[in-house]
Amino acid sequence: MRLYAVVAAGGFRRYATYRVATAAGVFTNTVFGFILAYTYIALWDERPQLGGYDQSQALTYVWLGQALLMTCAMMGGGFEDELIERIRTGDIAIDLYRPADLQLWWLAGDLGRAAFHLLGRGIVPMVLGALAFDLALPVSPLTWVAFLVSVALGVVVSFAVRFLVALSAFWLMDGTGVMQMCWLVGLFFSGMLLPLNLFPGLLGDVARALPWSSLLQVPADVFLGTHTGWDLVRAYAFQGGWALVLLAAGRALQSVATRRVVVQGG
Amino acid sequence: MADALRAYGLIVAMWVRSTMAYRASFALTTIGNFAATAFDFVTILLMFSHVDALGGYSLPEVAFLYGTTSTAFGLADLLMGSMDRLGRRVRDGTLDTLLVRPVPVLVQVAADRFALRRLGRITQGLLVLTYALVTLDIEWTVTKAAMLALMPLCGAAIFASVFVAGAAFQFFAQDAAEVQSSFTYGGNTLLQYPPSIFAKDLVRGVTFVVPLAFVNWVPSLYVLGREDPIGLPDWFALLPPVVAAGCLGLAALAWRAGLRSYRSTGN
Repeated sequence: MRLYAVVAAGGFRRYATYRVATAAGVFTNTVFGFILAYTYIALWDERPQLGGYDQSQALTYVWLGQALLMTCAMMGGGFEDELIERIRTGDIAIDLYRPADLQLWWLAGDLGRAAFHLLGRGIVPMVLGALAFDLALPVSPLTWVAFLVSVALGVVVSFAVRFLVALSAFWLMDGTGVMQMCWLVGLFFSGMLLPLNLFPGLLGDVARALPWSSLLQVPADVFLGTHTGWDLVRAYAFQGGWALVLLAAGRALQSVATRRVVVQGG
Repeated sequence: MADALRAYGLIVAMWVRSTMAYRASFALTTIGNFAATAFDFVTILLMFSHVDALGGYSLPEVAFLYGTTSTAFGLADLLMGSMDRLGRRVRDGTLDTLLVRPVPVLVQVAADRFALRRLGRITQGLLVLTYALVTLDIEWTVTKAAMLALMPLCGAAIFASVFVAGAAFQFFAQDAAEVQSSFTYGGNTLLQYPPSIFAKDLVRGVTFVVPLAFVNWVPSLYVLGREDPIGLPDWFALLPPVVAAGCLGLAALAWRAGLRSYRSTGN
């Protein structure tokens, strides 16, 4: 357990090293936040209460999206490039004989990364957004806590998906195509481009049931106070359920994949 | 100049040949590039499933804005999109190799890893633009037709200037590649929507400070016969070629200043 805590702290520190990159990222998140905010204002001006949100809730959704984009790695990024590269070059063999579990090792590192991105890339855009627009920030500290739990579950779901994607490199060798598909689908079905409750009919039902809704839609709804009481438990169960299923799938795939590893002497 | 273009062509041809060695991968990534940009438009379609107009603009009009900026940005991205890798080259010292070759550094950086898959974005932009032109009822004049034809070219030149200026900035801040994304990708997203929905100061900013509005907003308002939200006179619509030339000039100056201040990491 201590080992994984150290790995997580390492993940945090690793991303904290690049201060200029973080500042540049915050700048970009803020610019995109402003652009999206104005499009949402136009949309909600035409149709107040669209998707059950009022305008300030919709704007809050925009800035939550910018704050969580990196944290929940909706556009990918983070560990999977590195893991794919290690699989391709064969360095993965070294990881496999380490006295640590492969999946937990990368999960710990990714949690550390997510914690840094939440603090480094999340807070400033959110504050700037709140200064420029009228946002619906939760009053109760409990809602904030409930939100953070939901974000943490979202990060685990996001990790589990990306772990599966990375393992595909055992068969494909080149993960570029799959990774691209993964971030495309993630961006669209997480609700980053448009809240999922604006998706019509069957598309909406499917989108809300897919794991990616755990990345933004569910945490955002918790933040906006849509899920309380048993509803909140149900939201957590949804995220936790996907996290468990996907982590288990990753584990199964990992055990099949590691049987394929042939270590060349040298 | 002719030599520089020839060198650009040679490097591009080399990368295209190398891409074509993996045809399946090329096909997949091109489709991916197409799909990635298509999701932007799907989002707009989803918005219009709830409303009839956005900021007073109908779907075909928004599609017109979308198509013009996507095509212009797609062209710039195809020709100059590799510029944002400059920071990495400065950091790991591989820029030094480019400095000793008898070809302009700008050409080498721009053509580096030329990605033909970016045709996907241009194709998608052209498709949306075609849809807009078919559904819109525009009273065509020679001026309007000329403006439409010039939009992708001038727009691409403006976006290309941003790519070059952003790369020049990376000589000073190697990790700041994302700042330029907010003007390139962010600018492209901004221009997909009607100017009427944005704060007037923001519109003024992208007209007079970073003149992205000349990519498609200003000429499109003229073509579509729309009121300008910040009350620019009509003749502004004729300015894109002038603005594009000015941007290219400034970007060239910025690039020189950046390159001149470059100090190798030494290796």
